[in-house]
Amino acid sequence: MTKELARNLRHYTSARVGLNRAGCGLATHEVLDFQLAHAQARDAVHAVIDVPSLRGGLRERGLPVCVLRSAAPDRATFLRHPDQGRVLSSESAAKLVEAPCDVVFVVADGLSALAVARHTLPVLDAVLPLLNHQWSVGPICIVEQGRVAIGDAIGAALQAKISVVLIGERPGLSSPDSLGAYITWAPRPGHTDAERNCISNIRPEGLEYAAAARMLAFYLHEALRQKLTGIKLKLVGDFQSGGIRSSLEAET
Amino acid sequence: MRMSHTVRSVTHDFAGLKELLAKASPLRSGDELAGIGAATAEERVAARLVLADIPLKHFLDELIIPYESDEVSRLIVDAHDDAAFAPIASFTVGEFRNWLLDDQASGEALAALAPGLTPEMVAAVSKLMQAQDLIVVARKIRVVTRFRTTVGLSGRLSTRLQPNHPTDDPVGIAASIVDGLSLGSGDAVIGINPASDNVASVCTLLRLVDYAREKFAIPAQSCVLAHITTQMEALRQGAPIDLVFQSIGGTEATNQSFGINLALLDEAHQAARELHRGTVGDNVMYFETGQGSALSAGAHNGCDQQTLEARAYAVARRYRPMLVNTVVGFIGPEYLYDGKQIIRAGLEDHFCGKLLGLPMGCDVCYTNHAEADQDDMDTLLTLLGVAGVNYIMGVPGADDIMLNYQSTSFHDALYLRSALGLRPAPEFEAWLERGEFRRLTVNELLPAGGQSGVVI
Repeated sequence: MTKELARNLRHYTSARVGLNRAGCGLATHEVLDFQLAHAQARDAVHAVIDVPSLRGGLRERGLPVCVLRSAAPDRATFLRHPDQGRVLSSESAAKLVEAPCDVVFVVADGLSALAVARHTLPVLDAVLPLLNHQWSVGPICIVEQGRVAIGDAIGAALQAKISVVLIGERPGLSSPDSLGAYITWAPRPGHTDAERNCISNIRPEGLEYAAAARMLAFYLHEALRQKLTGIKLKLVGDFQSGGIRSSLEAET
Repeated sequence: MRMSHTVRSVTHDFAGLKELLAKASPLRSGDELAGIGAATAEERVAARLVLADIPLKHFLDELIIPYESDEVSRLIVDAHDDAAFAPIASFTVGEFRNWLLDDQASGEALAALAPGLTPEMVAAVSKLMQAQDLIVVARKIRVVTRFRTTVGLSGRLSTRLQPNHPTDDPVGIAASIVDGLSLGSGDAVIGINPASDNVASVCTLLRLVDYAREKFAIPAQSCVLAHITTQMEALRQGAPIDLVFQSIGGTEATNQSFGINLALLDEAHQAARELHRGTVGDNVMYFETGQGSALSAGAHNGCDQQTLEARAYAVARRYRPMLVNTVVGFIGPEYLYDGKQIIRAGLEDHFCGKLLGLPMGCDVCYTNHAEADQDDMDTLLTLLGVAGVNYIMGVPGADDIMLNYQSTSFHDALYLRSALGLRPAPEFEAWLERGEFRRLTVNELLPAGGQSGVVI
């Protein structure tokens, strides 16, 4: 392959095309490039949420905050036992008291605390102004070692009509910091993923904050109006193409 | 049948075949998650000692999932060929292992045996084997399939060119196809995982590959790996469908969670065959599987993930597929925790599939939350090359930017072919030798309009 063609190919896709070779294999800098991306993705998986910093940012905005933990005591358990990441620790469960609201935002590390650190505040800044004063918003719940379904336990305990779980998605080599948003009507333990809607790949290089916020607001308004989420609630309208995947495909 | 073994006055009892198979299985995070694996290392080996003495015939009497409640069980029992089974009918599982390793068990003998084997027998014997056994037996078996290329011949290694793109952008996909073809990839299939599962986008992608294939006379087949019902709708709308894809599992309930059953697969198989698009053969199905999918769907019935994986192959073989691959490390560390578990699972799946008569490939892969890296993938890749794997994946730079996991690259395939003296499928090799690929550019590949030709 000529150098021109290689450059040309790279112009059309972010895939690793037109790589420089050494023999049959890859040239040194290509191999190291890959290792760096893998290292960043690994670090993202094992990173922990900086709770004080996130709580500080939320409080600056006048948002009430509640810090919780799942039943998974550490990362190793979280990775081996997804079920433990879906329920609250007994201490955290005891903390939550009934406080009915229209929507509760749950911020969980999932598989990338990096995504949560980078994108939580910008997404909330973009979406909250799209909900008018009639919306009652519950406390922002930060959950360590949490998976998507932890929003069910939290939403049920608070008696929220809708839960939105903002969660770090499984990191890819080119996207260690993708944030996902899962919207669930009438959250309670036992929901399947087919009963949720999902907005995926939220990050400046993927689905931008403003577009993600418009989609999220669409889902929230429609969920409240139709009293449901999931496969029966379809995204309609022009929010900017790309970034949407069916909730069934989501891996967190 | 009593299933127990005593080690120094400690007796290990096993309630039945299902429990015995689960406890004899190598350590696997998915079986731990399901709470069905051996509790101790000694119990695991005790289970193997018991398993080694179980007559193969017993597998025909004791089903791990009842005939009445599971159509995969019914398929396994109803399709069992007693005449093919006859040569090994008197063996225990342990004796079967010895026989498989012996020279008299030639490739021809093993091919003739396949219809007489149930997936549970094959899973059982694999649990008594170490890596070299899984390799040396699988290596004897060649399963050759044909559509526009011939895949699986001795001395050959094919690749699936996997040019995925996060938004299904035809231009981005075309760029990855040019890269892959230029590096000698794509002789098993040019197969795209679509980001969005809708008929319009599937039709667009199928036409994109078909246009390029005809224009450059590429001996290859295409596939867009949407849900089978989406592909069937595309077929009804006249889209150029070569291979029909579906993910399958080893229990009826797993398949239900995928939105399929045998009747639906029968229908799709028939429809694809009636198109008569293959030039050198009529193997039209492409299946993907992977250990852990049943547990993930809550449909494992208390069975271990490796045995259920082998049962998925019983579904696959009904359709004489062109390609089957186990997507071995995709599912995540809660099922296969690290490089060691992924490597072992890849070898088991390849062995079990080949012994059941399937054209096995492997997506040698891992996710970023698994304890694995490129060294593990190189190891599994090399072992599978020695074991005679039919094909592997070819992903630009091993980094799938749509599915967010690491598979094998076009360069990995070049490495394996070079290290083991393997060649591409003969039709594709002849095309490469003609040097046609040197004319490939993104603009040339796209139908009229070039890069603005997103309107396809």
